[in-house]
Amino acid sequence: MAKSEYIPTIGIECHVQLKTDTKLFAAVSNDARSAEPNTLVSHICFGLPGALPALNERAVELSCKAAFALGVSPQKFSKFDRKHYFYPDLPKGYQISQFSDPIVVGGHVDIEVDGEKKKIGIVRAHIEEDAGKTTHPAGKDYSLVDLNRAGTPLLEIVSEPEIHSAKEAKAYAQKLYLLMKYADVSDVDLYHGNMRFDVNVSVSKDPKNLGTRTETKNLNSFKAVERAVEYEIKRQIEEIEKGREIIQETRGWDDAKQKTTSQRGKEEAHDYRYFPDPDIPPLNLSDQFIKSAQLAFEKKNFYVIREKLVKAGHLSNQDLDTLFNNPEAVDFALMIIDKKVKTSVAEKVLDWVINVIPSFIDDYSAFESDKVDPLILLAEAYDEEKLISSRAKEGVKNLFKDEEFNVSEFIKQNETVSDESELEIIVEKVLSENEQAANDVANGEMKAIGFLVGQIMKATKGKANPGMVQKIIKQKLKV
Amino acid sequence: MPKYIWKSISDLADDVKSGKTTATELVEKSLELIEENEEFKPIIAVIKDGSLKRAKEIDSAIKSGKKVGRLAGVPFIAKDNFLVYGADTTAASNILKGFDAPYQSTAINKLEAEGAICVAKANLDAFAHGSSTENSDFFTTLNPHDKTRVPGGSSGGSAASVALSLAPFSLGSDTGGSIRQPASFCGVVGLKPTYGIVGRSGVVAMGSSLDVIGPIAKNVEDAATVLDVISGKDGLDMTMIDRDKESYSKLDKTIKGKKIGLIKEYMDESVDPEVIKVIKESVDKLVASGAIVEEVSLPLSKLGLPAYYILCPAEVSSNLSRYDGQRYGYSYKDAKDLSESYMLSRDVGFGDEAKRRIMIGTYVLSSGYYDAYYKKAQVVRTKIIEESDKAFSKFDFLVGPTTPTTAFKIGDKTGDPISMYLSDLMTVTANLTGCPSMSIPAGEAQGLPVGIQIIAAQRKDRELLGFAKGFEELN
Repeated sequence: MAKSEYIPTIGIECHVQLKTDTKLFAAVSNDARSAEPNTLVSHICFGLPGALPALNERAVELSCKAAFALGVSPQKFSKFDRKHYFYPDLPKGYQISQFSDPIVVGGHVDIEVDGEKKKIGIVRAHIEEDAGKTTHPAGKDYSLVDLNRAGTPLLEIVSEPEIHSAKEAKAYAQKLYLLMKYADVSDVDLYHGNMRFDVNVSVSKDPKNLGTRTETKNLNSFKAVERAVEYEIKRQIEEIEKGREIIQETRGWDDAKQKTTSQRGKEEAHDYRYFPDPDIPPLNLSDQFIKSAQLAFEKKNFYVIREKLVKAGHLSNQDLDTLFNNPEAVDFALMIIDKKVKTSVAEKVLDWVINVIPSFIDDYSAFESDKVDPLILLAEAYDEEKLISSRAKEGVKNLFKDEEFNVSEFIKQNETVSDESELEIIVEKVLSENEQAANDVANGEMKAIGFLVGQIMKATKGKANPGMVQKIIKQKLKV
Repeated sequence: MPKYIWKSISDLADDVKSGKTTATELVEKSLELIEENEEFKPIIAVIKDGSLKRAKEIDSAIKSGKKVGRLAGVPFIAKDNFLVYGADTTAASNILKGFDAPYQSTAINKLEAEGAICVAKANLDAFAHGSSTENSDFFTTLNPHDKTRVPGGSSGGSAASVALSLAPFSLGSDTGGSIRQPASFCGVVGLKPTYGIVGRSGVVAMGSSLDVIGPIAKNVEDAATVLDVISGKDGLDMTMIDRDKESYSKLDKTIKGKKIGLIKEYMDESVDPEVIKVIKESVDKLVASGAIVEEVSLPLSKLGLPAYYILCPAEVSSNLSRYDGQRYGYSYKDAKDLSESYMLSRDVGFGDEAKRRIMIGTYVLSSGYYDAYYKKAQVVRTKIIEESDKAFSKFDFLVGPTTPTTAFKIGDKTGDPISMYLSDLMTVTANLTGCPSMSIPAGEAQGLPVGIQIIAAQRKDRELLGFAKGFEELN
């Protein structure tokens, strides 16, 4: 089919909200999640006469860390420019951004799709302030502006157009998320818009001659990135096949309808009249400043630490992805690996860390170093068949829930009964109480054996060694 | 001319502290003088209740033996582009009429911390765009020496206030000569310090890379006292540099042996011969006192004005974007949609000169014109800085007239913006280079004051003040 000859080309711009306490240019709290509208504003956020920006150094530090996470050193020289346009949520009539000299130039993000590894190049990343939020209440003749978000620091990361499928686009977005999260550059809270993606999509049969692109803006989930790219590729191919031209335009993503829609008409041809902001001297970062950002980053170097965990050999790629969603859990996993315990023990603990513990803790700060040794003891007890799986899990839960929890006491109390003579007595008792089931087993209906084992586990409060119990039942019933 | 003469600022504060007079008496005197001189229209708003309240606070602090600042009880007047509590901050523009500032400018805070009291807001060309106060959206201030003439601008109200002795000093802002030119026209001392030693936070921005805040006073000593109080980093303005560690009041008045460059381009046929005569007499006095005066040519200085009138409007067009009728200030009530609200609020709210500068600035920053105008002008600015640095490697100070003429007649230049712009010809260079520059009364031409401009190298403010003081004592 002719359609398969089309090559999609995708570039992604991502706004990452930097994890600072205060805004980019004002000493005002940055956390607008639960604040009443227009309460996190100062004369600077409000664009009052005479208000001047005072750059938040932390935002620069975090941007430097982000540069290292993208595999490059930050630029020593960068500067801020004014980008002019009128909109009610842009109080100064201009946005402060970095136009000609961004803080990050170059870099890459490594992705893997269907087992195939790929490097996606980064063009640049620049620091800029967010605008406020405008809402248009339905049926009203006014709009509302909330400036709480105005001035929030963002790092806009622009990829090369080196992504060629919706799956790759999703993988890129996810990887960027993990990189920024793990380097502690951003809270990357997607629900609150900490990370927003704009996807530029074009299709062409000639890889040297790209087609006309569209930009779908403000996607805030990986799924939306994937679907929007998928939809645009399909739509553009259909348009071309029908002999129509692709219009270069901004599109929006309708999550309910799962389609992109044209936003043209709302857009005007903009001349932003960029010029260097005379209120902000250019940044000339010292070697020392860059070095300290690098040192901070190296402690949280995603690629290095992932490689270390891969080499330890206990975790699948999927487990690793889950793990990296929570940097505290990664640190915890590293502590476990550093203990150099038996492989089967390490694997059990890591399984609990990834798949069990998150279901009953409120947040990942619960992964404290003093939990490492008790967890290993529990896993060793399980490994040596001193605890059955459910009892071991119970111990894990108690460890995180009960401050008084004593691990050796717990193991002692819950130790599996593996004494054959002791178990034989219990088995005989249960068999006599459940004649019907015993007869069924004796007659070869092996399903009933599970019931009998269950009864014995119940009688022993879960302490009986289930393998041994089964063996004894079979001996007794001669099957 | 003024019937009342204020003592020096430090003497006034000493008198307040020693009980010879009170802050209340000084403020009442100032308020009385403001009322008596209303015909000159230097003032937009009087801060009567607020200033008297502060005066009482200072008086009772003194009575109870509490420490008060070095400017205790000294009244002053601020140009109306400084955000000050107690009166609206309008920048003499209709679009900001009724704007009650919720925060104060750094300079005002620093003065208040030392006990000074702001009694009134002075008139200016709206948004400080102009050289005569004729661009004020409200009214034109009259020159205290001749009511048919302008006081200069844009800090015309501030300069006239000091010439009329309404208060011991006033504050102005200088983007292309807006402190020095009106000081020259009104016969008072005007100081534009080095760019970056006085914080700009809380002053309505004009051209951010050029705007400098400074004092207008009746003598050099008072100007130095004020500079010493208002300068120094505040954390709110990133363009600031370290001030002199020494007090700006610690002045070396030596003239003997100082190397002075008399700027050739400012003494040519484009300048009123009467003005040149006064400057030459001043130079003679300096020579007689042992200064070594040589003529110096600064050929690029002629490019200062055209470069300035690209860079400044570019910054103006950007800085005035925030006045959009959406959050504060004037808003057109019957707009049918957002776009019309922007356009009509700005159309009605801005005066002609603001619009002219917004248009020029927007044009020179537009894609396709940026390189030809804005970027080229920045190159010229760099060259002018280099030329200035070179001159200061040879001379301690550069001198020349502050303005090409004495105060002109009201209405003379309003029809011709270019001729109005030309009155900044000799002052803009110091804004482009960031160098400190002062205008000191040097004499009179046909009964009107003539100021001599003295320029020093960057951060040589204290040296400049010392030399100016030495010159002042020759008169």
